Amino acid sequence: MSHLRVRALRKSYGANVVVNGIDLDLARGECFGLLGPNGAGKTTTLRLCLGLTEPDSGEISVLDVPVPQEARRARARIGVVPQMDNLDPDFTIRENLQVYGRYFDLSAAEVNARIPALLEFAGLANRGDDNLRALSGGMKRRLTLARALINDPDLIFLDEPTTGLDPQARHLIWQRLRQLLAQGKTIFLTTHFMDEAERLCSRLAVMDHGRMIASGTPRELVERHIEPQVVEVFGDGAGAWAKEQGTRLAERCETAGETVFCYVHDAAALIDDLAARAELRYVHRPANLEDVFLRLTGRDLRD
Amino acid sequence: MTRHWSLPSFSLRCLHVWRRNLLVWKKLALASMIGNLADPMLYMLGFGYGLGRMMPDAFGGTTYIAFLAAGTVCSSTMMSASFEAMYSGFSRMHVQKTWEAIMNAPLDLDDVVLGEAVWAASKSLLSGLAVLLVAAALGLCASSLALWVIPVILITGLAFGSLGLIVTALSPSYDFFVYYMTLAITPMMLMSGVFFPADQLPPAVHLATALLPLSHAVDLVRPLMSGQVPAQWALHLCVLAAYAIIGFYLALALTRRRLLK
Repeated sequence: MSHLRVRALRKSYGANVVVNGIDLDLARGECFGLLGPNGAGKTTTLRLCLGLTEPDSGEISVLDVPVPQEARRARARIGVVPQMDNLDPDFTIRENLQVYGRYFDLSAAEVNARIPALLEFAGLANRGDDNLRALSGGMKRRLTLARALINDPDLIFLDEPTTGLDPQARHLIWQRLRQLLAQGKTIFLTTHFMDEAERLCSRLAVMDHGRMIASGTPRELVERHIEPQVVEVFGDGAGAWAKEQGTRLAERCETAGETVFCYVHDAAALIDDLAARAELRYVHRPANLEDVFLRLTGRDLRD
Repeated sequence: MTRHWSLPSFSLRCLHVWRRNLLVWKKLALASMIGNLADPMLYMLGFGYGLGRMMPDAFGGTTYIAFLAAGTVCSSTMMSASFEAMYSGFSRMHVQKTWEAIMNAPLDLDDVVLGEAVWAASKSLLSGLAVLLVAAALGLCASSLALWVIPVILITGLAFGSLGLIVTALSPSYDFFVYYMTLAITPMMLMSGVFFPADQLPPAVHLATALLPLSHAVDLVRPLMSGQVPAQWALHLCVLAAYAIIGFYLALALTRRRLLK
């Protein structure tokens, strides 16, 4: 059974086409990541899948329920972690979960029975009666994740789940998401952190200007869209070096600010040349998802 | 565009929205009651007794305090519903994004807006009822007919809750509500017979007050408290119901336009 099926989805605001004919299929138990720069259409895609905005055309079915026609029924089996925390600041941690459980028509007894495990999962055991105002950003995020699980959903949507968190907090969230995958949950996440996508997602799609411009496993994307080796060169004269030597020694050179990115299959000649130049520093590394992302969506700022 | 104007579709889950607000209110109940109730009470007692002593016979046989008590039941209902739908509603919609969180669960915006309108009416019921009780304790309710004031308060609260939600749907920030208070609520309070009989106004203005929901509430509540069946009570009720229903529909359509982009 397909947990999410999207066909030829389109949505525009006036002349601005935000989602321009996308198809998606999520199988049970997979973690799918939607990557894209700001304004690529990720959040709109997610809102469409939740039935919070109506498409201009196309079909969406979530857990075999047509959306937006029966969005309420679909959302009963979905969990959502929004981009911005929208917990209830007037409630304690426990009350946040209790009140949210009611929205799913769960009885107080059912919700209360689930709360200890959820608090444990969120690393907030014994803190159920704490006021929300006392929580750090990371704790709030974990509580938001726990809240999204109150109805024991089959499919979980996360919109940039770790934006604004410190590394410790991000790693803890990732660990929890892996636990959920191990339990057989299906995850759909949007992110613009490549390490997040690489660590969690079994399948990725890169979205830009409302279109899916590439998709596959993280490894496939790197193999298909970019040379395997990257040499980053910086220092005074890096730009001049790139014009004279870089373009000759590398298959592709890109300059971003003070840094020259050289993409190659074999970096040996390039490294030899650089080693002789004391004024230039360099880093040699394998190509990663971020390189693919920048290759596909460009280096221009998007905001 | 047309979708924003489609007929509402509610689920029983709208009750959970109401219960959520109740739980928050319970936590702040004491402070909220004092704030909500002290103000109208002070005006009613201060003006009613102070000013009333200077004009003993001007109000068709009743005392000024009895006259003012009926008006205050209505105006405090209006104020309470409006404030809840605007300031508190805006906090939940725009600042805390509570509505967004609710809509990620199996509730639609229609459920949320209905829950909010009924909640605003419930809070205003408390305010109106408190004034009514004080009036009864002071012997200002002539007969058990005054019990009919309770449903009138509820429908008045629903009308002003819905109107408040329209303003909330259009509001870019809290500052916007001041316009509605100054341009709509305050003039309405002065023109609807709360403090003095509306027929004292220039004839053209008096005629125009027939359009204001508050004047219909006053025309129902004042006779009920003085022990009479209001003239044309069905008409007054219908006008209030129309404000509640049409107001709600407008509020819903405008909120859909704002949030379901």
